Amino acid sequence: MGGALNINHLLFLGHGALWTIGLSAIALIGGGSFGFLIALGRVSPSRAVRLLAATYVQLIQGTPLLVIMFLSFFGLAALGFNISPLLAAGASMTIFVAAYLGEIWRGCIEAVPKQQWEAAEGLALSRSQRMVKVILPQAIRLATPPTVGFMVQIVKNTSLASVVGFVELTRSGQIINNSLFEPFIIYSIIAVVYFSLCYPLSRLSRRLERSALQKKPALA
Amino acid sequence: MGLVLDFSVVLDRWQALLDGATLTLQLAIIAVVCGATIGVFGAIGRRGGNVLVERLCGAYVEAIRNTPLLVQIFLVYFGLSSLGLQFSAFTVAAVALTINVGAYTTEIMRAGFDSIHKGQIEAAEGLGLSKAQIYWHVIIWPGIERVYPALTSQFVLLMLASSVTSQISAEELTAVANYIQSETYRSFETYIVVALIYVALSFIMRFGFWLLGLALFPRRRRLGTPL
Amino acid sequence: MNAHVNPPAAPPNAPVVALRNVHKSFGSLKVLDGVSFSVGRGEVTVLIGRSGSGKSTALRCIDRFETIDGGEIEVCGRRVDDAGLDVRALRQDVGIVFQSYNLFPHLTIEENITLAPHAVKKVPKAEARALAAKVLAQVGLEEKLHAYPEQLSGGQQQRAAIARSLAMQPKVMLFDEVTSALDPELTGEVLKVIEALAADGMTMVLVTHEMSFARGIADQVVFMHKGKVHEAGPAGILSSPSTPELAQFVGTGF
Repeated sequence: MGGALNINHLLFLGHGALWTIGLSAIALIGGGSFGFLIALGRVSPSRAVRLLAATYVQLIQGTPLLVIMFLSFFGLAALGFNISPLLAAGASMTIFVAAYLGEIWRGCIEAVPKQQWEAAEGLALSRSQRMVKVILPQAIRLATPPTVGFMVQIVKNTSLASVVGFVELTRSGQIINNSLFEPFIIYSIIAVVYFSLCYPLSRLSRRLERSALQKKPALA
Repeated sequence: MGLVLDFSVVLDRWQALLDGATLTLQLAIIAVVCGATIGVFGAIGRRGGNVLVERLCGAYVEAIRNTPLLVQIFLVYFGLSSLGLQFSAFTVAAVALTINVGAYTTEIMRAGFDSIHKGQIEAAEGLGLSKAQIYWHVIIWPGIERVYPALTSQFVLLMLASSVTSQISAEELTAVANYIQSETYRSFETYIVVALIYVALSFIMRFGFWLLGLALFPRRRRLGTPL
Repeated sequence: MNAHVNPPAAPPNAPVVALRNVHKSFGSLKVLDGVSFSVGRGEVTVLIGRSGSGKSTALRCIDRFETIDGGEIEVCGRRVDDAGLDVRALRQDVGIVFQSYNLFPHLTIEENITLAPHAVKKVPKAEARALAAKVLAQVGLEEKLHAYPEQLSGGQQQRAAIARSLAMQPKVMLFDEVTSALDPELTGEVLKVIEALAADGMTMVLVTHEMSFARGIADQVVFMHKGKVHEAGPAGILSSPSTPELAQFVGTGF
């Protein structure tokens, strides 16, 4: 017990930071894939599919991520499923991210002007052709800045995986603190690491947003 | 064990759940009121013209928006105690949540204030209004009306995020859930029930803010159109 | 698959487009109140009237962008008011050009033009590109093949949109106020393209505010007023209207 902060502690934190990045990547890929389906479901021609997707979004956006984490780790364990912290954290993040990205992307799909749909219809394109060839390519451009912005939320929210014992950045800080008991210093270091992960993403998101706004008029 | 769900032992503790939900709402309301106040001043500071103030407000917003709430809560909790100040978990939670939502509100309100057309401000100047009067009548209220939906979403997110304060033992809804599941061994049922209570709380908050919006913005109430 | 299948045989001199007693409301607002007119093969029909008179709605009904509440619409032998209509087959026969061009901003002009022939009619890529070059030459934009829409002026964009519709080799073309969004000095180039199409014998229905253009190009003028066909006839009715409403309309310019 006790002792001073040394290089081994910092290496341990670095290891935790790598897992924060890893879990963020899992959340982005898993939540992004599922969220894409949610977005398509939200604009589906079928009422039942729209309703189902909307209910999913409402339920997940009305529940704290922390409770989703507890539910998939302790809840499923109590039902007899043994789930590793990584699986619980990855699944929770995927479920959570899908609801938010799905909603962001639905907004982008709907932001493509109605006339573009009409022009594509006027050319006799089928619904899936309209979606794939005309609407989605435009929606993806609109979606890039807010998606990068949401990646900041993903990175920050992985800190909640610490509560189910997943050793990412915050959890590794807690573990070090248990032996050193220098909470203010340790959490300050952790805050700085999170900041250095998130701030570049925030900046990038804003830059993309600005350039998207400026791109409108052009040469004649 | 088998897959037999038993919600009754959880629902029997409705009194504790209700207390937890009440505390969650209290935390959220305190943080929203204080955070919105910070937001107004923060937004004015960010566009006010004084470079030092602009930088300070900008640093506050960026520092908060780019670090996790959980870490912020630990920093406030251990920061205050390392200064020798002892507060209840509820107070620490309220302070941390206020600091957090204040930053987000600053950013949203700044966008709202920036959306006010220059001609509006010039018109007010032409009528001889003071700077404070212009802010109050022409910038703050119309600006807030424009971003009111974004503010509502942010405040609901804050209410949900307040669950994180269970980690410093604030006795809000999630902490109550943790306690119930450790007593009943019914984790799954407990967290399902609590998740649904949170969903209900978010609906209640949205409805509350909708009503508040009707009270605050008479133009919207009468015309029903966005500004 | 049925792209090349001809619609149910129609008598050889049957109209290409026919509206019979068409009714349409938006909520409680009656926009079409028993509209009838027909367009023969190779004819140019111009719809005129004040804004809100129903002329754009009538045009959009022809291509099933709006569904109607009563009456009949027949286009190229198809009943457009039939709920079971194959809408995509209809739209292969009908080209439509909008006021706001609606080129796809993420595609080059060539890609805009080849998209539908390739995706809908399964025309091979190389053939579609040759087709694009041909229709672009027709509207005088052959050098803009690889430009993006935003690099073109409004008039050029509208000509490219016309070329995009032409590439589907429609049997009838609809033009919905195609010059209204253009600066006055750019309308001429677009109108010239439409005149050339008319001279080639394309069947067309146009909604326009350009009265002198209408007078020059129309085989038939349909003046709409309060959701009804108030007066219709050859282009000459614009010079000698028989109803006071049309007289007032042409008198004020619009």
